[in-house]
Amino acid sequence: MVPTQTLRKHPPLQENLLLILHELQNGSGRNYLTEEDLQAVAEYLNITRAAVYGVATYYSMLSVKPRGRHVIRLCKSPVCDMMGAPGVTRILEELLGVAVGETTPDGVFTLEESACLGRCDSAVSMMIDGQYYGALDAPALARIIGRFRRG
Amino acid sequence: MAEAHPAETRITLRNVGSIDPEKIEDYLNAGGYRSLAKARAMPREAVIEELVAASLRGRGGAGFSAGLKERFTRQATAPPAPPAPPAPVYVVCNADEGEPGTFKDRIIMERDPHLLIEGILIAAHAIGAARAYIYIRAEYDTSIRRVRRALEQARERGFTGGNGASPGAGGAVEIEIRLGAGSYLCGEELTLLESLEGKRGYPRIKPPFPAEVGLFGAPTLVNNVETLATIPAIIDRGAAWYTGLGTPDSPGTKIFTVSGDVARPGYYEVELGTTLRELIFGFAGADKLKAVLIGGAAGTFVDASVLDTPLCYDALKEKGAVLGSGAVIVMADGRSLRRMTTSILEFFEHESCGKCVPCRVGMTLLVRMIRRKEPLEALVRESEYMAANSLCPLGQSPILPLRSLARYFPAEIDGSEG
Repeated sequence: MVPTQTLRKHPPLQENLLLILHELQNGSGRNYLTEEDLQAVAEYLNITRAAVYGVATYYSMLSVKPRGRHVIRLCKSPVCDMMGAPGVTRILEELLGVAVGETTPDGVFTLEESACLGRCDSAVSMMIDGQYYGALDAPALARIIGRFRRG
Repeated sequence: MAEAHPAETRITLRNVGSIDPEKIEDYLNAGGYRSLAKARAMPREAVIEELVAASLRGRGGAGFSAGLKERFTRQATAPPAPPAPPAPVYVVCNADEGEPGTFKDRIIMERDPHLLIEGILIAAHAIGAARAYIYIRAEYDTSIRRVRRALEQARERGFTGGNGASPGAGGAVEIEIRLGAGSYLCGEELTLLESLEGKRGYPRIKPPFPAEVGLFGAPTLVNNVETLATIPAIIDRGAAWYTGLGTPDSPGTKIFTVSGDVARPGYYEVELGTTLRELIFGFAGADKLKAVLIGGAAGTFVDASVLDTPLCYDALKEKGAVLGSGAVIVMADGRSLRRMTTSILEFFEHESCGKCVPCRVGMTLLVRMIRRKEPLEALVRESEYMAANSLCPLGQSPILPLRSLARYFPAEIDGSEG
């Protein structure tokens, strides 16, 4: 499926590339950019596929590899690290049964790390999709992940 | 923690907690957009000179004079030669807040987005810009939503919008939101401009500075959120009032974000010159202090001997420390500085863009060296090499924490410890 509708919302200028890639990735429900997406964007903006691919792979919030329905971004900044991020990572990995960078076999979650989420006053923090969760500990993680699994 | 601590001096955060950030009426009732009207009735040069006189320094970390930036941008802009359309000039708001330990810009955007918009509009008037961009990191979901809503309201009320025919005149400035996508380096002003142009976040060679060759090659004023959000108060109450706050070399207030081992982590706006002791013990409730990292990853460690040093640009410099973005990370007794430094170096390694070799290879080496417990002296030497040869501030940053460790905690990183 060619993502024409998303493309047409923006004038065909390279300055709109990041906005377009965000919208394609988040609007598709797939949470990643397909070969077809990148090709269509390159044609629409009249820039090379390499330029589009280069941008799509440079920025850590964009992905060209399949991801789960929900993307978890766990903060591993120096502040969160000090306040217990390594322990939180282990708990999350156990709860989900996957390591950082992987997607659960049921395709529900992808576990990623973020360099810093800017929530240092409620460390350890993470985002699931657009939602923040702070002051994470084992019970909170079990509750949050459980809610997503049921939902 | 919307409530201000009684000893805070809230200027940029003055409306936080007392207005609904989604209602422009609240902002207007609190005197909002009055400074914009005042500025638009002033000649551009007078607005710029007021900011120069206020000695407002960039709050993103570098601390360069905001007024001078405006003056340089204005000077680089070709004078209008009708009937040709005016030469483009842009305001870019740097809302790509990514320095670990820093979350002040998020608070401004989430809690008082119109203040930021008013600051941008005043800056646009000062330099004659018809277009402005707010580059917000994509992780800041609520900020994006609130600023977007505020822009809609500002447009409905005629503060922004129009066709740009007469820049600076009421209602002729377009402001657009652009999103980052998870790159710390894009918070560096020239890299941010590359990203705004739809490219990979690679830094540009400097000079030329953005004031001369910025977005799309045009003169561009790039300012941090907190800097822009401070402008309305300066226009409203004047440079003389503003310089009456803070210290002679660092006038005004600054938002500090305190995290780590404190009872009350959060954001505190205080006059510059407030001591570190007041901030972390008085406001944030620290106890049994070992070290403080001021300025984030691109910041400096200090020990208890610096507690009574006023938090301002020059006094900290004498102590081998930086004010930076205002991040204050408190480490209590028992915390490992080796561990913290490893995390900092891993952060830089991850965020190094790879464009220039000294940084790309240097960051990998530094991480390897600290894991192998090589002497701190060797790490400092490597970081000195990087600082001298890297293209952008990222490669020039590791020297800050490493050199401060050598000054205050020389024995902590060497093989013997942790």
